Amino acid sequence: MNKRSRRKLLILAVVFGMTIATVLGLTAFEENLLYFYSPTQVKAGEAPDSHSFRVGGLVVAGSVKRSPDSLKVVFDVTDNAESMTIEYTGILPDLFREGQGIVAMGKLQDDGRFVAQEVLAKHDENYMPPEVADALEKGGHVNKQKAMEGSKP
Amino acid sequence: MIPELGHFALIIAFAVAIVQSIVPLIGAARNDAAMISMARVASVTQLLFVGLAYAALTHAFIVHDFSVLYVSQHSNLVQPLMYRISGVWGSHEGSLLLWALILSIWTVAVAAYSRNLPDILMARVLAVMGMISVGFLAFMLFTSNPFERLFPAPLDGNELNPLLQDPGLAFHPPMLYMGYVGFSVAFAFAVAALLGGKLDATWARWSRPWTTIAWSFLTFGIALGSWWAYNELGWGGWWFWDPVENASFMPWLVGTALIHSLASTEKRGVFKSWTVLLAILAFSLSLLGTFIVRSGVLVSVHAFATDPSRGVFILAFLVVVVGGSLALYAWRSGAVISYGRFQWFSRETALLLNNIIFLTAAGAVFVGTMYPLVVDAFGIGKISVGRPYFDTMFSLVSIPLLLLLGLGPLVRWKGDSWQRVLKSVWALFVISLVVGLLLPFLIEGELRIATGLGLAGALWVTLTTLKDMFARLAKSRRLPLAYAGMVIAHLGVAMFVAGVTITMSYSLEKDLRMVPGSEYDIAGYSFHFMGTRKAQGVNYDANEAVIEIWRDSKKVGELHPQKRVYSGKSNPMTEASIDKTFFRDLYAALGEELDDGAWSMRVYYKPLIRWIWLGSILMTLGGVLAVSDRRYRQSVKQKISDRLSPAGA
Repeated sequence: MNKRSRRKLLILAVVFGMTIATVLGLTAFEENLLYFYSPTQVKAGEAPDSHSFRVGGLVVAGSVKRSPDSLKVVFDVTDNAESMTIEYTGILPDLFREGQGIVAMGKLQDDGRFVAQEVLAKHDENYMPPEVADALEKGGHVNKQKAMEGSKP
Repeated sequence: MIPELGHFALIIAFAVAIVQSIVPLIGAARNDAAMISMARVASVTQLLFVGLAYAALTHAFIVHDFSVLYVSQHSNLVQPLMYRISGVWGSHEGSLLLWALILSIWTVAVAAYSRNLPDILMARVLAVMGMISVGFLAFMLFTSNPFERLFPAPLDGNELNPLLQDPGLAFHPPMLYMGYVGFSVAFAFAVAALLGGKLDATWARWSRPWTTIAWSFLTFGIALGSWWAYNELGWGGWWFWDPVENASFMPWLVGTALIHSLASTEKRGVFKSWTVLLAILAFSLSLLGTFIVRSGVLVSVHAFATDPSRGVFILAFLVVVVGGSLALYAWRSGAVISYGRFQWFSRETALLLNNIIFLTAAGAVFVGTMYPLVVDAFGIGKISVGRPYFDTMFSLVSIPLLLLLGLGPLVRWKGDSWQRVLKSVWALFVISLVVGLLLPFLIEGELRIATGLGLAGALWVTLTTLKDMFARLAKSRRLPLAYAGMVIAHLGVAMFVAGVTITMSYSLEKDLRMVPGSEYDIAGYSFHFMGTRKAQGVNYDANEAVIEIWRDSKKVGELHPQKRVYSGKSNPMTEASIDKTFFRDLYAALGEELDDGAWSMRVYYKPLIRWIWLGSILMTLGGVLAVSDRRYRQSVKQKISDRLSPAGA
């Protein structure tokens, strides 16, 4: 092989490597996109049933029920138009409480339950997750400001 | 009174920055010595006034001057002194002030340590840094004045977010900013060189130590942030692929490419315009990092500062800096000719491949971080990118990277015979691969390909790096510091990779419901929950659990995780407790009190997690060592005396 063709080979190898990386990357990207849905959208059947997604809203007062012998928790979240039930097993974040805006990531089960793998509440107690604020606004019944006041203890 | 003085000092600094960014440039164009010398004077004056403003704000924090809005928002009477001082950069306005202060410090450092630079080049470099300063000071004065008064003054202030009250985080932003702002030096050198139209190897030699030291700060800053997240957030993770983390990681990736590309440019005069482009890119990403974190555009767990109107300013600033420098690049870089020639199998090629890999990684992070923002901005939907995407991308990228990292330093500059290199390393390659793949089998009796490859990579880098070092030692008894720095940094990479691989493969974690007296076994350790007691800190009350750790019927340690309630806050905070050793961490975090005295808690076993940060510290150290090399001081002087002609416009 002369120098020229060696260089060509090198360039080809790099291009080939980059192409593979791009294809694999895009596949991984596609598979790991998480969409956000409000409880209203989930109720309307817009959420996927085979893919993980994120859902958020305010934790409904009085809806938090713990299992007596495990770490299973069941609670409702609402965007003030519709509410839905979320099931989670594990430790809830410090800022989780009734009336607080939270975001849960998980999957819809065949029987229609939403089982969360992860529940997020934000670090700052006066802060509302932007998606939740947005969902509340679309939910209509309460304006953003009031919802935020309501979330304060 | 003092806050007004601080405000006034900022205004003066702003005026000085404007002078610094215009006058020296005119001087450089006209070859007017008086105007050129203004650059140094202005940069020192600016540091003085930014320093005064910074001192004024710190003073307001120390004496509890709650009539200053920012102080009242981020400190209160019971806050310890250390966190009042670090409170200055605890939020938006103050962190901008810190940014400006660090920029002034870097500017004066460049002015002081590069006395042997040609005056015209120096004038241009300082002017470019002045322009950046103008942007930041204007941003502060017009949208985020830290000295804004609050009337009537409250008797006590809010508190700095308790999560931020941790030594690791107190020093995380300054370190990170030292890195971000440090890349402005490389940027300024690049723009100055483009302005002068003279881009030779000496340009790379001048900007190289500055870039390396900035990179070291950034490495250390990111490690501190990861260390803080591990200790404070109570989730036991060390990296979350959160947009805020990615914001600091992108400049790091490009910065890493830059320090390697600078090596080629300095030693062999190749890839010149590519290096310039990387310098522009690294600093642009640093600005983007600041923008991402401080504008509140993010859907992120780090929601410490939120105000979109400011985002518009930074965005405009970003467009000017990136657009302007790229336009300049497009206009001037055609004149740059790389004279070095090299064969396909050479150190130059290896470094080029390194650059391609690092840029690919940076691109992957960029897409995963920015795509959700773009989609949101166009109102298409709210999405986020899950962490498996990032994990997949980095496992993919790390295989060729580690292979190359072991090989690259063994290959000679200009051209080498691949038979020679292959002959010298094939045994090490086989050993690494076999041992790496066997290790998971020995640890667990189970073959794990991914784990094995990770360990093989770490081993390969270690063996080849050491082999090269001993070969060099055999030739001469002394190693140049720059080389020693590279060896240590590369060993740091190996240690980091080993830590990540083992932690990700063998960590155990369990969420538990425990009543006093119950126990749980994990990885051969038995956690005994003895009960809870009350504990108190300077500004918080806490419930503290006592957990004894037993192994082979011997007590080996005790953990005291806490649930704290800080005064002035209503929400509890989790304070994890960690038993740390070189080979493993045991980690317990307290959830919440359930009925009958039971608590929910999370326990972890994390093998080799310490290696992740130790590896990062080695990388940092490597950078610092490399910069201490005598070469930079001596040869710059020599080069100046024998080859310097003023860089004409």
